[in-house]
Amino acid sequence: MDWSTVLTNAATSLVGLQTIVYALAAVGLNLHFGYTGLLNFGQAAFAAVGAYGLAIVVASAGLPLPVGLAAGLAGSVVLSVLLGLPTLRLRADYLAIATIAAAEILRISARSSTLREFTGGASGINGFTEPFHDLNPLPPGTYGFGPWRYHERDLWVLLVGWTVLAVCCLVVWLLVRSPWGRVLRGIREDEDAARGLGKNVYAYKMQALAIGGVIGTLAGFVYALGQGSVQPDLYGTELTFFAYTVLLLGGVARVLGPVVGAAIFWVVLSLTDTVLRGAVDEGWLTFMSTTQVGQVRFMLVGLALMFLMIFRPQGIFGDPRQIALDAR
Amino acid sequence: MTHDRSPSTPADRPPGPETLRGGPGAAKPDPILVVDGLQRRFGGLVAVDVDHLEVQRGSITALIGPNGAGKTTLFNLLTGFDRADHGTWTFDGRPVHGVPAHRLVRSGMVRTFQLTKVLSRMTVLENMRLGAPEQRGEGLLRALVRPLWARQEAEITARAEALLTRFALGRMRDEYAGSLSGGQRKLLEMARALMTSPRMVMLDEPMAGVNPALTQTLLDHVRTLRDEGMTVLFVEHDMDMVRDISDWVVVMAQGRVIAEGPPAVVMSDPAVVDAYLGAHHDAPLTGSLQEDRP
Repeated sequence: MDWSTVLTNAATSLVGLQTIVYALAAVGLNLHFGYTGLLNFGQAAFAAVGAYGLAIVVASAGLPLPVGLAAGLAGSVVLSVLLGLPTLRLRADYLAIATIAAAEILRISARSSTLREFTGGASGINGFTEPFHDLNPLPPGTYGFGPWRYHERDLWVLLVGWTVLAVCCLVVWLLVRSPWGRVLRGIREDEDAARGLGKNVYAYKMQALAIGGVIGTLAGFVYALGQGSVQPDLYGTELTFFAYTVLLLGGVARVLGPVVGAAIFWVVLSLTDTVLRGAVDEGWLTFMSTTQVGQVRFMLVGLALMFLMIFRPQGIFGDPRQIALDAR
Repeated sequence: MTHDRSPSTPADRPPGPETLRGGPGAAKPDPILVVDGLQRRFGGLVAVDVDHLEVQRGSITALIGPNGAGKTTLFNLLTGFDRADHGTWTFDGRPVHGVPAHRLVRSGMVRTFQLTKVLSRMTVLENMRLGAPEQRGEGLLRALVRPLWARQEAEITARAEALLTRFALGRMRDEYAGSLSGGQRKLLEMARALMTSPRMVMLDEPMAGVNPALTQTLLDHVRTLRDEGMTVLFVEHDMDMVRDISDWVVVMAQGRVIAEGPPAVVMSDPAVVDAYLGAHHDAPLTGSLQEDRP
């Protein structure tokens, strides 16, 4: 087995596109679930609105990149309002049901042949990233050191992605340390208590849903621009549940938890993938084929998550004292 | 309305509602809360059906009644946590029926809950700070710019610490509220309610689940609220407490106010005794009330 390939793959996963995208999606979920207690199971929908909004406006309508970004963000806020208006006055589980259903409706609509003219059906849309790469200030060439070597286009995506992620973390940090963030945590702990102290719980939940959704939409932008295409099946329920995994790994209600969680998640997936493949190729593992490796590594991730929940339920960064408190 | 600052027994207090004639719906000289024709049904069950009720400003009014009498439902209705089917009520002269709970708090009416609602995974101090009204940093955009709210935050913190000291929670300020004992939670909830600078405090069973050693402390705190000019309306099962601190007692049974008056008078009222002991459990209570009353 080629151990240097194993390590190189792991190192590129550490800072790669997937890490950025899932970290962003999880930063949004952290605001929803970690700080406000909203169960959003449709983060994929917010990412899809961003990706498709951008792709349709730029590729199909031929409008400039900023218009595409604005369309994605506007769509994201509209989606929050549509999901939040009927459900945020109800118990938390109604939002969960509405969001997971909305996400699937969007994905299935996007891949339907009826809408192929706009969404490209199952094959999606491509050819909308040139305006983005035209903004790239880096001259053509290869950059980087050690295992991290990129062409100017890939590096540009990563630089923009990490910048967006850093800005989102900064904004979330500023928000959650403020009295506004305190109201969110009050709502998470007990909605009626917050209401009984004069807080307009509904308005705060709406704001949290919209902001976390917009961060999910930014994840969609980065994903679409990094992949150079949008495909409906990239925005399935796995995206949402991987983002939750990332969030739990890193530690709920910690600003940098999602970033660390995403890095660990993708590094571990990369390691298990290359190591298992190598082991099969070397003939060390005889009971499976290389095509099965892709599935087995997710089983291992599931197993690891179970052990994490058993032995460190607060995640990597979480505060163990919070878990020790009784529910009441 | 002014009061002497020292804790006093209801009997030797200056003229107040206790000098009035009792009876359901009795008028008060200066009511802060006036309820008319309030009704709440759950399916076929009439949970609350109050024709008229006034709560005297600056007094401690107890709301008592057997289990299922509708006391907590009445509380929920008055504080905007539940919707009435019929009825109007005014707080401080302004109609407030249909006003959402959070807006009622801003107009000066705050409540606590029967099961304490401390915010477990927030510190005691954060619990307190959350109670402060009109915080500039609670606006989404202003929240991002700390200098806009830092000074107000310092004032809020100072006020919270003073209240925590008064409620003997000063040492716990940085502990998670979830690690407090039952009694400390009651104290925290009361202190947190005071952060809203209320004019009327509604306490839903403030003594439930509190160990006897803390009862006197809590009673003193309730008296202090009145002495500071606040109106207190509380639901309670503990008759000793009711007799001890209330100026006026309102008795509910089966959703209706069946008697009200000074504690000593009300507690010897046959209708009240019946309601508690169920002497006429097979006859409608309001009917027996009319027979029993002169």
